Amino acid sequence: MASDHTLQHDTHAHDIDHQGSDWSGGKEPFKASYGKLMMWYFLLSDAFTFSAFLIAYGTLRFSMPTWPVPDFVFSGLPGGIEHQPLIFVTIMTFVLIVSSVTMVRAVQEGHRENKKGIIFWMFLTILGGLSFLGCQAWEWTTLIKGENMSIHHNPFGTHTENGVYLEGDGHDIKAGDPVIAGKTYLIHTHDGHYNPLKYKTESGEEKVQHMGPKAFGALFFFITGFHGFHVFSGVVFLLIIMLNVASGLYVKRKNGYEMVEKIGLYWHFVDLVWVFVFLVFYLL
Amino acid sequence: MAFCGPSVGICIFSILFIVNRIELEIMGHLSYEEGKKVVFKGLILLGVITLIEVFIALLGKGYIVDGFHLPVWLMYFSMISLSLYKAYFIVYEFMHMKYEAPGLVKSVLLPTLLLIWAVIAFFSEGRFWKRERAMINDRPIAVFSAPLKHTDTKSEETHIKKDEPEVQNKLDTTSSEIINEEPKTQEQSQHH
Repeated sequence: MASDHTLQHDTHAHDIDHQGSDWSGGKEPFKASYGKLMMWYFLLSDAFTFSAFLIAYGTLRFSMPTWPVPDFVFSGLPGGIEHQPLIFVTIMTFVLIVSSVTMVRAVQEGHRENKKGIIFWMFLTILGGLSFLGCQAWEWTTLIKGENMSIHHNPFGTHTENGVYLEGDGHDIKAGDPVIAGKTYLIHTHDGHYNPLKYKTESGEEKVQHMGPKAFGALFFFITGFHGFHVFSGVVFLLIIMLNVASGLYVKRKNGYEMVEKIGLYWHFVDLVWVFVFLVFYLL
Repeated sequence: MAFCGPSVGICIFSILFIVNRIELEIMGHLSYEEGKKVVFKGLILLGVITLIEVFIALLGKGYIVDGFHLPVWLMYFSMISLSLYKAYFIVYEFMHMKYEAPGLVKSVLLPTLLLIWAVIAFFSEGRFWKRERAMINDRPIAVFSAPLKHTDTKSEETHIKKDEPEVQNKLDTTSSEIINEEPKTQEQSQHH
């Protein structure tokens, strides 16, 4: 009786194979395991979270008369090199792309059931993730310690009119330098206080540099921090799964190292988010 | 609407493109050697696109050729579309979305269409806030314009420090007044 039923079902499924019969039961409509499917849906929900953050950034940016110019704000390199706009973040982007590529290789070796290959490429991926975190730590340190940006204070203001500086700050700006509308400046600190400079506008009015929009610092630290936290947890999971691969745990499951594939999806997603963080924070 | 319009256009275009591809895609995995080639291609492609984006950003803002600027809409259009292409490549090649069942692909990608409306709604809201702020700042009332302009942060910070003891004094006097008037509240405040 039971065998009759399954036989009938099989022939039925064959007959209407190309007419949307995936949902008639008896087979997996999405041809994916539960774990992989749920990883996709987790990533979808995470994509909405990140989109909400980035849209909030756009909204606040649109609501301000001026916004710090990114190629002025992010222009430092380790070793005291200054005024190299966007070079450091480009390096960070490359690090993440390379670690994404090594992850693809790890998944491919997983399909071949090549244990040594998986461990080798996963190890490189972890190194890539750690280097990215190191870069981010340097970037944050520069902004917090060197340039005194915080979630409450944003010393990166932008001029709205032309003029001339009346005093210098002992760094880049000297008295007599031109004030150019649309140019971003950094207000340095003196004895623990922000020290805005005096300048004279073209109409002869004397003014003082003003702080940039507060939201910039909060958004920067919150969004890159949230992404960095994803990278950090990705590194932790990669490490755990790499150790499990080494211990031979996944050989027993006989599913082509699917766990490596799942963490691979997560890791590529982290790279995918960075594509948009890079676009929104550094390029636009 | 400087970069809202084009970006929404690209979103719609790219999603139509993706949905179209879903129908055309023939299922099946690549061989190991073919897979290796895709990885190499991906590395070069993503690296080159990133370099092009940075180049456009620097060229457009006059860092490479002195005094040469690209129109803002062109810069934004090209950088947003290149980023969307990178995203497409990562999802389709690296995350193997190309080889997934059409139903799975649609169930993951189609919900992202909702973001198009989020972008339009929130960005226009932001523009509205900007108009309101400008209106408030232009008012000839000193009370409104003084705290909004943030002209001198140094004096602001010192103000806060000076204010603290004054505020405390005020609180002390008011509480003592209350105590003098109604002794019952004193017992209540002690409990708190």
